[in-house]
Amino acid sequence: MNYHWNWGIYWQLAPDGGENYGAFLLGGLGWTLATAIAAWVIALVLGTVVGTLRTLPQHWVNRVGGAYVEAFRNVPLLVQMFLWYFVLPELLPSAMGEAVKQMPPPWASYFPAVLCLGLYTSARVAEQVRAGIQSLSRGQTLACAALGLSVVQSYRHVILPLTARIILPPLTSEFVNIVKNSSVALAISLMELTARTRAMQEFTFLTFEAYSAATLLYLFINLASVRAMAWIERRARVAGMITGGRATHPV
Amino acid sequence: MGSFDFDVIVRSLPYLFREGMIFTLTLTLIAMTGGIAFGTLLAMMRLSSRRGLSVLAGGYVDLMRSVPLVLVIFWFFFLVPWIGGWVLGAARPVQIGAFASAAITFTMFEAAYYCEIMRAGIQSIRRGQIDASYALGLDYRRTMTLVVLPQALRNMLPVLLTQTIVLFQDTSLVYVISATDFLGAAAKIANRDGRLVEMYLFVAVVYFALSLVASHGVRRLQIRLAVAR
Repeated sequence: MNYHWNWGIYWQLAPDGGENYGAFLLGGLGWTLATAIAAWVIALVLGTVVGTLRTLPQHWVNRVGGAYVEAFRNVPLLVQMFLWYFVLPELLPSAMGEAVKQMPPPWASYFPAVLCLGLYTSARVAEQVRAGIQSLSRGQTLACAALGLSVVQSYRHVILPLTARIILPPLTSEFVNIVKNSSVALAISLMELTARTRAMQEFTFLTFEAYSAATLLYLFINLASVRAMAWIERRARVAGMITGGRATHPV
Repeated sequence: MGSFDFDVIVRSLPYLFREGMIFTLTLTLIAMTGGIAFGTLLAMMRLSSRRGLSVLAGGYVDLMRSVPLVLVIFWFFFLVPWIGGWVLGAARPVQIGAFASAAITFTMFEAAYYCEIMRAGIQSIRRGQIDASYALGLDYRRTMTLVVLPQALRNMLPVLLTQTIVLFQDTSLVYVISATDFLGAAAKIANRDGRLVEMYLFVAVVYFALSLVASHGVRRLQIRLAVAR
């Protein structure tokens, strides 16, 4: 039982691309962040729309929003990745499907991964937005009506800005989740951090060194995003509300 | 869509369910039982007044929750044979199958999440209950096992089960160590027969149906428990 340690491996050249393993892993971190942040934009936009729809009085709108959330919540993320990557191009009109399949290497995996993660997370953001809106006191809506604001105006100027400030802590957890979940994209051959760690392990058999580096990088992103969000939270605190609760880890 | 082949699904049903789904469900069940047991232990450690214990458990939980599950699966797939060899004093890492590795991984990983649920459950028990137990002369172990934990488990049952549905979906990630779970079995057929569209859509439908039914069941249970309390 001998394990041959080699912590200098990060400065040795990786077989492809002429960069060392350290740079190879950091490049993976870059793809992880690029995927997570692009997906986060989709998740925030769609999540806000769907979450808002779920609080409208119209019954059928509410149902559609509910179906959306259930659809994305009840299918494993990996299966959803496969649907976007393998199944969608086949269901599109054949010319379009071919075009999707012909995309050059990183993009053919990157775009499905971003779409998949974005929509998957949007369902979770929608639930946070809905809960946030429902936690506002009814007086806010009544006051909007008394001031003569239309439904759109009251959401635009009163309800959504307040909700955004209230749901910051759970949103932090969701952002940390999206970074972690982006690792699932390795199954559709996106060379993000976990995939590159795996590749490094296969090239060098230095499993311990490879996995430790990835673990530390993930811990670092985690800590950095929790810190950043805590700063934003302090600045965005709503006066007169108990939002002293710190951002917690994902649940 | 004209060439959608239902036959490949029908033909592979026995394999998908007898091999794949049994793997998935067994893994879910083992990880749930082990995870709740270990998670409860971690929760008691986190709430312990001994600083060493609570820091250790807290560190473990935070670490597990900061790292992607895929990476944790890789870690354990590599570590368990080495630790096994070291414990048994063997000359080489012991060979263990994908199932054993996955069972250990998911138990250890989910324990971190179950721990946080159980911690909330224990903290939701009124202080008076514990004072009363001590007043009756029960020691820490009996206070926990006879008074606090049964109530905490009961209060947290819906949340624990919801986490188990998440676990059920997460087990599909054993795909990355080429295990034959429900998704893995479907992927093998899909690649062998070139029927990716049919197999992956079918897998999605089955997961969706099972998770939806399960989560509705949990919601009903939650209502019943709320009324009874």
